[in-house]
Amino acid sequence: MAAKETSSVEKGADTQKEQLDIGDMIMEHVTDSYEWHFFTIGEHHVSLYLPVILYDKGHWILFSSSKLKHDASYKGYHVAKDGPNVGKLVRTNAKGKEVLPQLDISITKTVFAILINAFLVVLIFLSIAKSYRKRKGQAPKGMQSLLEPLVLFIRDDVARDSIGEEKYERYLPYLMTLFFFILFSNLFGIFPFFPGGANVTGNIAVTGIMAFFTFVITTMSSNKHYWKDIFNTPGVPWWLKFPIPLMPFVELLGIFTKPFVLMVRLFANMVSGHIVLAGFISLIFIFGKFGVGLGYGVSILSISFAIFLDLLEVLVAFIQAYVFVLLSALYFGMATEVPEHH
Amino acid sequence: MQLINPGIGLIFWMTLAFSLVLFILGKYAWPAILKGLKEREQSIQEALDSAKEAQEQMKRLKTDNEKLLKEAMEERDTILTEARKMKDQIIGDAKGKAEKEASVIVESAKEKINSEKLAALREIKSTVAEYSIEIAEKILREELKDKAKQKKYIEKLLKETSLN
Repeated sequence: MAAKETSSVEKGADTQKEQLDIGDMIMEHVTDSYEWHFFTIGEHHVSLYLPVILYDKGHWILFSSSKLKHDASYKGYHVAKDGPNVGKLVRTNAKGKEVLPQLDISITKTVFAILINAFLVVLIFLSIAKSYRKRKGQAPKGMQSLLEPLVLFIRDDVARDSIGEEKYERYLPYLMTLFFFILFSNLFGIFPFFPGGANVTGNIAVTGIMAFFTFVITTMSSNKHYWKDIFNTPGVPWWLKFPIPLMPFVELLGIFTKPFVLMVRLFANMVSGHIVLAGFISLIFIFGKFGVGLGYGVSILSISFAIFLDLLEVLVAFIQAYVFVLLSALYFGMATEVPEHH
Repeated sequence: MQLINPGIGLIFWMTLAFSLVLFILGKYAWPAILKGLKEREQSIQEALDSAKEAQEQMKRLKTDNEKLLKEAMEERDTILTEARKMKDQIIGDAKGKAEKEASVIVESAKEKINSEKLAALREIKSTVAEYSIEIAEKILREELKDKAKQKKYIEKLLKETSLN
């Protein structure tokens, strides 16, 4: 009797815990982790354990993330549960504080997804390039004809229109790579099974690196006219430039805010999509806790909403990839613009 | 906040992966794809241009043909009118000649007939004269058989003569 009571109390605590876990579960879905968790059957987690690569105290440390199963600590390292480094591998130092290792270049879930995505993008476009070489002057076929409209769209409507007839070809390889990398990442993120499902473009490091590339290319290809426009903005009253250089300051700030906005826009769009989708699916389980029937009832609504949102996400995947590339192209166009002589 | 606090490892791998993709595609994929597209666009443009040119040539040929046909028709018409004129002329000439010849023949026939008629008349006249003389001789012989009658007639003739 007593044992039964304890078990029911434990069960109640479990339910409480599971309800609280929904938020964590959603966060876990959109943030990075050291393992790729697929699903759980009963108590058994089915995951892909990825390698942990650390450099700390003058040594390289390499082990499988399976050693960190069930919140275990391995060689003094464990995944922080809270604090500023939540979700990252930390060790407890002499003062009892959790500190990061000097360098952590583990192949995390997001890194693995990036590598798969990169590999697939390279594979697909190398094969397409091969068919362009082989089928010279002929109609496109297969994958080639599937992606050719997008290639043409980026070339004609994005690059050529934003940068101009003379210079756009120089930026095409970057813009194409950017577009298809983002697009494939976005679409893989929506696809719920391995190797999809990872939140790649909803990760600020990923979008930040791409925005940084755009920033570097913009700055490297900028001409005199671009800087003249920044420090002596035309069409602005003189008192905004002298004695307090307000406009030049704003314009100079703009150089950095432009890529920053690129980074945040893609990140926020993708991560919010993932969170909302995960939220709708979680609703089923939350209501399921109150009653099985209620869970089933809500699931109909929830799933129809999730399907709608999923379709919306496909649209967003295209739109965000397009917006990122279009703005990058516009920045390149601004940097290389030659003033017209009247 | 975990979401906006990415690990250095992720930044490292992303930079590496993206740079590699950019490098590989930039070197092996995009030039070939863009070149292929450009070439195809050019070939399509060329094909369109040549088709247009062929069409124009066709049009030119057609107008040429029409012109030639028209010229040929005109020539045929002139030839025909000339032939008709010639025919008329030939017929007219032949008619004129025939008429002339016919009139000549008729004329000569008339002349011949005339001369024949005259000759016939002359013969008839001489024959008639001979017959008349013979008849007159016979009548005179019969009349002047008896002497008394001869004498009387001579006297009468003499009388008439002297009266004249």
